[in-house]
Amino acid sequence: MAMDDLYRQYILDHYREPRNHGHLKQPDVAAADINPLCGDRVEIDLKVSDGRVTEVGFTGRGCAISQASASMLTEKIEGATLEELRALTPDDVLEMLGIEIGPARQRCALLALRVLHEGIDGPYTGRLDDDN
Amino acid sequence: MIEATGTGVDFIASLAPREDFPILTRAIHGKPLVFLDSAASAQKPVQILDAMDAFARTSYANVHRGVYTLSEEATARMEQARKQVARFINARSAREIIFTRNTSEAINLVAYSWGNANLRAGDVILSTEMEHHSNIVPWQLLAQRVGARVEYIPITDGGELDLDAYTRLLETTKPKLVALAQMSNVLGTLPPVEQIIAQAHEIGALVLLDGAQSVPHLPVDVRALDCDFLAFSGHKMLGPSGIGVLWGRRELLEEMPPFLGGGEMIREVHLTGSTWADLPHKFEAGTPAIIETVGLGAAVEYLSALGMERVHAHERALVAYAMERLSAIPDLTIYGPPAERRGGAVSFTLGEIHPHDLATLLDGDGIAVRAGLHCAQPLHERLGLTATTRASFYVYTTSAEIDALAGALERARAVFAL
Repeated sequence: MAMDDLYRQYILDHYREPRNHGHLKQPDVAAADINPLCGDRVEIDLKVSDGRVTEVGFTGRGCAISQASASMLTEKIEGATLEELRALTPDDVLEMLGIEIGPARQRCALLALRVLHEGIDGPYTGRLDDDN
Repeated sequence: MIEATGTGVDFIASLAPREDFPILTRAIHGKPLVFLDSAASAQKPVQILDAMDAFARTSYANVHRGVYTLSEEATARMEQARKQVARFINARSAREIIFTRNTSEAINLVAYSWGNANLRAGDVILSTEMEHHSNIVPWQLLAQRVGARVEYIPITDGGELDLDAYTRLLETTKPKLVALAQMSNVLGTLPPVEQIIAQAHEIGALVLLDGAQSVPHLPVDVRALDCDFLAFSGHKMLGPSGIGVLWGRRELLEEMPPFLGGGEMIREVHLTGSTWADLPHKFEAGTPAIIETVGLGAAVEYLSALGMERVHAHERALVAYAMERLSAIPDLTIYGPPAERRGGAVSFTLGEIHPHDLATLLDGDGIAVRAGLHCAQPLHERLGLTATTRASFYVYTTSAEIDALAGALERARAVFAL
């Protein structure tokens, strides 16, 4: 693996200049979680109207993978229905990132999806298996 | 490639023969492995792997039970390992060597057995801000069980214990126990433990040393230190995982009730009650890690042959070289004391690069380092850090590997456009 395979320019770009960054005023959905292994943190706010995401905001701190994943996910879900959000899988997120992510870093990559699902349906109930 | 430096050192060769460690010939992502995570767990020389293998092939049976030849041989090998470990730390008697799974289990043994029997509501256990979680959490659990409380010796911004604060805490809290690491697993700090132990004893407190980072890396003499308990792990000192040691002063161990109940640890069992085996078996319930114990004995012999003074000197030279080499890298910050007061570990940050990103980048260059909180979250919070990257050294580390680290860190700066 060459050093820049994982840290492609667009990943670093999302990390340095995250899209949809910041909290929303009076969000309909607000969720936060951490990756206890490394302390990465992601918070996601949604405005929802007629079952559709109208506005997204996120904040967080952590590694480039976790923060770029959150930033890219917020772009991906604008305008999506809650059903579409529920249907998002870890594979969808890994495909969105477009890089090979080893097992040790999967939790970083999938933290934002976990927060999103927790926001919609309440605390984590095991839908995202840790070994996914 | 290797430049002369201010330490006057051009090249530091491996102390142990590199060929003793087969794993060091591995390639990772097409690059030669540079293993700089020995503080987490050390690599294993063939002598130790062979000792375990030969024992398992020729002399293995359960210990302390059978009257047949194999069981007697296995028992003799296990008890020989106990004597080897006792000599290694200069214990008065091999009966003071209690085999556990690891350092954490050894500390928990003291917290449950000694702690439950001796601590009362309002008593204080004094730990420090720079401990590994395994020297914090067992005391917090003990405090919850008996209504005691845990206080912490603060550290300075430079990552050393605040000894004035320690003196005050001894006076104001009158702790029953002081529990501290002989070497910080994050900063490499080597606190003046002799002085700390003497001060604790003056007010009647016992001292438990977490030796997980010290016993593998420097000469440790429990009688010279005059500590009361010492805990350490086999896997950090070239031995296998699954075997650790609690050393305790015999008088204390004799008075302590058992920790775990089961086979091996009893003298007599009746349905109405039981009596306990003599030391050390009172604390060794169940079939022990027999093969691993033999491996630990072999590890102790290997390290003794190298000489622990030489091991310590080797790592001191490496850490001085590493600190000089790394501190020349722009945006790189090293935490902790100067080289002369630390063992072979260096934790740092590189600009705003998250340590997990950095460790992934270094892995791409074949370099294994630890990234994160290193099981020391309170220390990171104290220093205002979310995480650090740690390089740690051992008997097989060379200065060329530190050069490789420095080169990879420069490339990481380029990737992140620092």
